[in-house]
Amino acid sequence: MERKKTYIEDIDRGIYDIKNEFTYKYKSDKGLTPKIIMEISREKDEPKWMTDFRLKSLKIYNSKPLPTWGADLSGLDIDNIVTYVRPDASMASSWDEVPEDIKKTFEALGIPQAEREALAGVGAQYDSEVVYHNVKEELIEQGVIYTDMETALKEYEDIVREHFMKLIPPHDHKFAALHGAVWSGGSFVYVPEGVQVDIPLQSYFRLNAPGAGQFEHTLIIVEKGASLHFIEGCSAPLYRVTNLHAGCVELYVREDAKLRYSTIENWSRNMYNLNTKRAVVDKNGTIEWVSGSFGSKVTMLYPMSILRGEGARSEFTGITFASSGQYLDTGTKVLHAAPNTTSSINSKSISKNGGYAFYRGLLKVAPNAYGCKSTVSCESLMLDNESVSDTVPVIELHNDDIDIGHEAKIGRISDEAIFYLMSRGIDEEEAKAMIVRGFVEPITKELPLEYAVELNNLINIELEGSIG
Amino acid sequence: MKKTLLEIKDLKVNVEEKEIIKGLNLQIHEGEIHIIMGPNGSGKSTLAYTLMGHPKYEISDGEIIFEDELINDLRADERAKKGIFLSFQYPEEIPGVTVEEFLRTAKTSVTGKYQGIMAFKKLLKEKMEELEMDEEYATRYLNQGFSGGEKKKNEILQMSILDPKLAILDETDSGLDVDAIRIVAEGVKRVHDKDKSILVITHYNKLLDYLNPDYVHILLDGKIVKTGGMELAEEIDKRGYEHIRAKYSVH
Repeated sequence: MERKKTYIEDIDRGIYDIKNEFTYKYKSDKGLTPKIIMEISREKDEPKWMTDFRLKSLKIYNSKPLPTWGADLSGLDIDNIVTYVRPDASMASSWDEVPEDIKKTFEALGIPQAEREALAGVGAQYDSEVVYHNVKEELIEQGVIYTDMETALKEYEDIVREHFMKLIPPHDHKFAALHGAVWSGGSFVYVPEGVQVDIPLQSYFRLNAPGAGQFEHTLIIVEKGASLHFIEGCSAPLYRVTNLHAGCVELYVREDAKLRYSTIENWSRNMYNLNTKRAVVDKNGTIEWVSGSFGSKVTMLYPMSILRGEGARSEFTGITFASSGQYLDTGTKVLHAAPNTTSSINSKSISKNGGYAFYRGLLKVAPNAYGCKSTVSCESLMLDNESVSDTVPVIELHNDDIDIGHEAKIGRISDEAIFYLMSRGIDEEEAKAMIVRGFVEPITKELPLEYAVELNNLINIELEGSIG
Repeated sequence: MKKTLLEIKDLKVNVEEKEIIKGLNLQIHEGEIHIIMGPNGSGKSTLAYTLMGHPKYEISDGEIIFEDELINDLRADERAKKGIFLSFQYPEEIPGVTVEEFLRTAKTSVTGKYQGIMAFKKLLKEKMEELEMDEEYATRYLNQGFSGGEKKKNEILQMSILDPKLAILDETDSGLDVDAIRIVAEGVKRVHDKDKSILVITHYNKLLDYLNPDYVHILLDGKIVKTGGMELAEEIDKRGYEHIRAKYSVH
């Protein structure tokens, strides 16, 4: 018997294969040189210690090998890394050059034109000051500092110097070193003792700085008893003419403080997203990660919590969606370095059309960290037979007074569940979308409403294969 | 004479290359209640899934005609839109999707009309009250963590919301206690009262005490071997399927 079947097609991203005939200023130099680094620092009018830090990082970068575990990075033109760092000014692209599918997705998500241009990296500076004016007034009254990293380095130099790349030292790995050498843009947030910031702060409106969204540095300090929800990124696809992203996020959560850090990243599918995120949590403090990874060609991302104060708590909720031609290697790391610390990890991944979703996690409990509790749950949903999922949750325990629960589930979307929904008049495509939306519901409910709506839209766009 | 709603002609069905339904004939008119009884493995659930259009059940021969239209090749969602409903023996759990969200989507799809949130809430509340279901079920994830009885009630709730022309109940009475059976039976009766047709597929005759079937059929080895009234159900109840098999089997 013949039966009509709906196949979920991929979004056509072939447009990315168009080669850009661009020239680069420093093409004659193989690799990054101290001269280039000093020039970056001079342009930014930085203090000497930062220039020295950049130069030191450059040395480390040049001495470190590419990581050989995880994703295949051979597509990166690593011998000519300079082209990622200093593209020619003439390549500042125009709206006309932004791929059509990206424009359509902006439309589908209902993003205003001014913001679209900023997101595509071709703005006309998007005037975030107006939007944030009222918010800022209130924050200033409470003593909260929220600014870009360049400004922070000038106006709050001592705080920056004390914290900058202390959690993620340049020695950490090759791309952390690269970041240390060439970082640019990003957000700085300082919440003083006891201050509760009621509304979520969103970096979304700050994506106008040149170079932002490529080597940006985020530094957040939440002082004793204070609380903050910070949202980075957005569900709209981020298009950059350069295809390497190596940002750093450093979060300091002091005693009794609470920080929720949410990101939804949706990179265009030529992107190598090699981001490093780390939080350190003091006594009875709480870090909550909500992390959504969409898009990109390759992602390697493992936000880490270091629970160094007694009773500190970490919660990680992550969603990864890998489609055709994508290799998303994501997960989280938790280090229980003090007694009675608790952590929970809830990771979900979806793969379709031959996409590869890999969960890589590390849970480590130090010898002195007695009475710790941890629950780990990773679930993977594969929407067809070509797609691949894998999980490597490493657990390393150095004492035996620990309470750990672990659960891993890898499954394909159930034909029976699809039939059940279809028997109620729902077509195959919508039935699948419904099951996928339900699968990620534990994550969408952690997001503010407008982001939850956007995440669902994004999933629909990924599943529908046609936009609009 | 009432209009024919469903006609099954010489139906043969394979599951994974094995023939399960071996030439089945059945005619259901508008407003009738039919009961198909049979022992385990006789092809009851295969018939239910085939009528709903499960892709795993392959029709090798014969015709399924619904309202004068051949529906052999229609997908499940298309059949649902024509007014066929299946109450599942083992309803699927769909995590993350609430009963209300699911049913509003289904109702919109089946009727082709947008269901306003407030109007739908009202309809859902009313139907849930009829089935003595707590309001809280509307916000729970579809069938997740439901007991066997709650799942069956939820199927009947879906039936009464979607308001089909033909409701097929696959072992809806199994695993229900006396109170639940009564509530489910009343739900079925309310649908039947609107001149809708009901096909009950069952191993036992628990539901039969509440419904007043027009026909009782006995299914053995993929064929209907005997059609009669309530007296057939009573015979099975008293003497068991082995007796029936000996008496009616074509072998």
